[in-house]
Amino acid sequence: MPMARRRFLELAGAALGATVLPLGGRSWALAAEAPVTRRLVVVMLRGAVDGLNVVAPYGDPLYAPLRPNIGLAAPGSAEGLLDLDGHFGLHPALAAVMPLWQSRRLAFVHACGSPDPSRSHFDAQDYMESATPGVRTTADGWMNRLVGVLPAPHAPTQAISLGATRPRILGGAQPTSNLSLGPNAGKPMPVDRPAVASAFAGLYGGSDALSRAYQDGQMARQELSADMQAEQAAADNGAVNAKGFPAIAARLANLLSRDDHIQLAFADLGGWDTHVNQGAAKGQLAAHLQPLGEGLAALAQGLGPQLDGTVVLVMSEFGRTARENGNKGTDHGHGNVMWVLGGQVAGGRIHGAWPGLAPDALYQGRDLAVTTDFRRVIAAALKHHLGLGDRQIATVLPPSPPFDGALPGLFLG
Amino acid sequence: MPMLRRKLLMTLVLVVTACGSGWAQAAEDGLDMHMLNRLAFGPSADSVAMLQQLGVEGWVNQQLHPETIAEPRRLTDRLAGLETQQLDPVTLLERYRPPKDGDPDARKAARKQMRMVTREAGQAHLLRALYSSRQLQEVMVDFWFNHFNIFAAKGLDALWIGDYEDKAIRPHVMGRFRDLLEATARHPAMLFYLDNWQNTAPGSPGAKGKETGLNENYARELMELHTLGVDGGYTQDDVIALARVLTGWGIVRPRQARAIGSQDGFAFDENRHDYGDKIFLGHTIHGQGAAEIEQALDILAASPATAHHISFELAQYFVADQPPPALVERLTRRWMDSKGDIRAVLKDLFASPEFRSPATVAAKFKTPFQYVVSATRAADVDVVNFRPLFGAMKRLGQPLYGCLTPDGYKNTRDAWLNPDALALRISFATALGSGHMPLDRPPPQTDDEEADQPVPPPPPEPMRQRPVPLDADRLAALLGAALSDKTRDAVNTAPPQLKAAVVLGSPDFMAH
Repeated sequence: MPMARRRFLELAGAALGATVLPLGGRSWALAAEAPVTRRLVVVMLRGAVDGLNVVAPYGDPLYAPLRPNIGLAAPGSAEGLLDLDGHFGLHPALAAVMPLWQSRRLAFVHACGSPDPSRSHFDAQDYMESATPGVRTTADGWMNRLVGVLPAPHAPTQAISLGATRPRILGGAQPTSNLSLGPNAGKPMPVDRPAVASAFAGLYGGSDALSRAYQDGQMARQELSADMQAEQAAADNGAVNAKGFPAIAARLANLLSRDDHIQLAFADLGGWDTHVNQGAAKGQLAAHLQPLGEGLAALAQGLGPQLDGTVVLVMSEFGRTARENGNKGTDHGHGNVMWVLGGQVAGGRIHGAWPGLAPDALYQGRDLAVTTDFRRVIAAALKHHLGLGDRQIATVLPPSPPFDGALPGLFLG
Repeated sequence: MPMLRRKLLMTLVLVVTACGSGWAQAAEDGLDMHMLNRLAFGPSADSVAMLQQLGVEGWVNQQLHPETIAEPRRLTDRLAGLETQQLDPVTLLERYRPPKDGDPDARKAARKQMRMVTREAGQAHLLRALYSSRQLQEVMVDFWFNHFNIFAAKGLDALWIGDYEDKAIRPHVMGRFRDLLEATARHPAMLFYLDNWQNTAPGSPGAKGKETGLNENYARELMELHTLGVDGGYTQDDVIALARVLTGWGIVRPRQARAIGSQDGFAFDENRHDYGDKIFLGHTIHGQGAAEIEQALDILAASPATAHHISFELAQYFVADQPPPALVERLTRRWMDSKGDIRAVLKDLFASPEFRSPATVAAKFKTPFQYVVSATRAADVDVVNFRPLFGAMKRLGQPLYGCLTPDGYKNTRDAWLNPDALALRISFATALGSGHMPLDRPPPQTDDEEADQPVPPPPPEPMRQRPVPLDADRLAALLGAALSDKTRDAVNTAPPQLKAAVVLGSPDFMAH
C-alpha cells in the first residue's frame, strides 16, 4: 500500500476507531481493499484516425491507386511501411511499437467499428463510450458500468481518467477520479492546506453531487499525490525531458506500478481529423502517430512485468474514406483498426475478417466496411483478461443492438 | 436549498395571499439575482446598480437592445489599446503570417507574434465579459461562439479569431439567424478551420496542387452543428451535394486582396466551383456560382429542424441541462413565426414560466469560463494581468479559444463537474479571495509570454504589503439571495483571510 494512503487511513482509523471510514456521504470498508492484478487502459483517438494508414493493406493492389498522394510505400522502399505480416504494414512513424509487435505483445483488429453508420464525430464517439450504438439516451459510460461489476468497494481511484474533465466513457453512478499528469502533477493546491480544507469541509460534507465530487477529489489526492510527487522527483533527476503523450504515458505507467488500487485508466488524444494535407510517411498524421507510438512504448516499458496484467485498447470513433479526397486528406468513413496491447493477447497478428478494398466491398462504395463490432473486442478483454462472466459482460455491454459476443482468438488460452 | 430558491418558492406561495411588502421585496431580490446570473456573467457592483435603477423588466428589455446601452470608459479605453484587434483579416495576414521557410529563429519569432495576436483577442473577450454593460450581448457571444466554434491553434485562425468574434458573431447575436449564419459562412476563420477554402470541383479550371477535389468537412458540420442538427434528416448524398455547392467558397489570396480591395478576407473562386445542378434536401439548386450558397443557406436557415435544434440549445443554455420539452416546442414555433428572429425568441424565453420557475433558479452549474468571470466580476478588480485567469480556464479544461472540435464547449453540469475541477475552483477562489492573485498588477516580464502558464507567486519584497483579502461582507451583500444560510455560517466561522474565499468557493457560487 502506498505510504500516503496508508498514513491517511491510519490517521482516519485512529480518529474514528473503526475500519469503516465515513467521509461525508462517502464510505467504504478498508479491509476489502485487495491489490488489483488485472488492469484495463483505454486510449481513445478523438477525431477519427485514418486506420488505413495506421495498419495499411499494402498487399492489396487496390490500396495504392486509392491514395495517390497520401498512400504509404511498401516495406523496403524509402520511407516505406514497417512490415507486419506480408500483407499489412505499420505506419513508419509508429516504429516505437514494432518491438511489441515482434514480441507478440501487440495485436490489431482491422475493419473494426460500430454497427451504427453515423459519420458524426460526436454521435460516433458517444456510441463508442456508452457502448450502445444508435442509442443516444444511455446515461452512463461503459467503463463506469465496468467499475460497478468489479468487486466492491469502489474507491474513487479504482478508475481514473487523465485530463481536466470526466469523459463520457467514465460518466455514471460509480465514483471515478480525474487528474492531470502534466508537469505539475501531484503538486499541492491551496485546497490541500489544512486551514483551507477545514474552512470548506462543512460546505462539501453532504451527499449531493458537488459534495461527492469534492470528497472523491480529496480522497484521490490523498492517495495519489505522494506517488505522483515521487515520480516527478525521479523524473527530474533523470535526463528525461519528454513532452506530450510520451511523458504522460510514462507518468501513468509509474503511477500504475506504484499504486495497486487503480484498475481502470482512460486517456484521450485529439487531432486526427485530417481532412486536408494529411501527409504520408511524414506530415500531419505522422506527427500525431509518433508520440502515440512512443507513449504506448513508454507505457509498456514502465509497466515492465506488470504489462502481463494490463491490457491496453486503442480505439477511434470511425475510420476515414478509403479514397483520398480532393485536398490530399480523407473525409469521414466507417471501418477502422483497433489496437490490443499487453495481457495475454494473441499478439503479432491481425485479427478480424478483412473485407478488402474492392468497390463492392467498400461500405457505400467509399469506406472500409466493418466486419468486427468494436464491442466484440471489448467483450474479449472483459472475458479473457478481467475474467468477467456473461451476465457481468451484458451489464457493461448491453446486447442492444445485438452482437456476437467476445471475438474468439484475440487472447491466448 | 439556496436561500434564493427557497425565498422564491415561499413568495410564490404566499405573495398572493399575504401581499406583504417584505415578501414581495424578497421575490424581487431573487428574480434580480436570477437575471444577473443567467443574462449576465453574475452580479457586479455596476450591473446591480443598473438593474435596480431600471427594475428587472426594464433591465431585461434594455439588455435585449445592446446598441442602446453605453459602454463604460473602463472597457472602451482598454479595448482601444489592443492594437492587433483593430486590424482587418487581410492586414493581419500581411503583417503577422509566419514565413513558410527561412531562418528558424525568424519563424519562431513570427509564431510568437501570432500567439500574441490570439492573446490580445482573448484579453478583449475577457474585458468585455468582465466590464461590458451589454452583459446579455456578451452572454450571447459565449453561446453563439460555441455554436459556431473555431479553434485558435489551427494555423491562421490564431490571427483571425478575434475578428471572427467581433465581425461575424457579436453584431448578430440577437439579430436574424440568417445573417449570423451568412457572417460565419463568409469569414475566413471559419473557412480555414473547416477546410472549405480548399474545397474544389474536380476537373474545374482551378483544380490543381492541393486543391483537386471535394472536401466534405464544412458541408457536414454546417448541417450537423450549425443548422439542422444531427437528426435533421440529411443524408450522405446531401453532404456531398452541399460540398459541391460550396466549392470555390473560400479565402482571398493575399496578393489578390489588395488588387480587389478586399479587407474581410473572403473570396469566391469561380474557377474552382462546380457549375452542375445539385439536388440538396429535395431542392434543385441550379449551377450558378456564389448565388447557390445563398440558396442553400436560405434552405438551412428556414428549416424547422434548425429552429428546433437551436431552440433546444438556447433552452439548455438558459434554463436547464434537460430543458422542458414544452418550452423547446414554444420557442421553435416562435422561431418559425418570426423567421429566425433571435431577439424575439429570447424575449419569450426570458418571460417564460419555465425560465422564471423556482426550480430553474441556481440549477445550472457554471462552466469554467462562467465561474472564473463571475468570481472576477464579484471581486471588482481592474484586471491588467490576465494570466491567472487564462491559466485557471486552461487547468479547468476550458482554455479560451481552445476547443479543438467544431461542437464547441458544452454548458452542462455533466461536462464540468468532476473531482479535480472542484478542487481547482476552490483553490482559485482561495487565491483570489485571500488576496494572493495579482490580477491588478502587471505580470512579471518573461522571455516567453505564454498566456496560459500559471504565474509563480511574486518574490517577497521588503516593501511588499501583506496580501489583502477581498471584503467578505461586501461580497455577501452583492450576492444577496444567492448565498444560503449554510454558506453564511461557514463564512462567519472561517478565519478572516479565508472569509471571501469561502464565499467564492461555496457550492452556491458554483451554480447560477
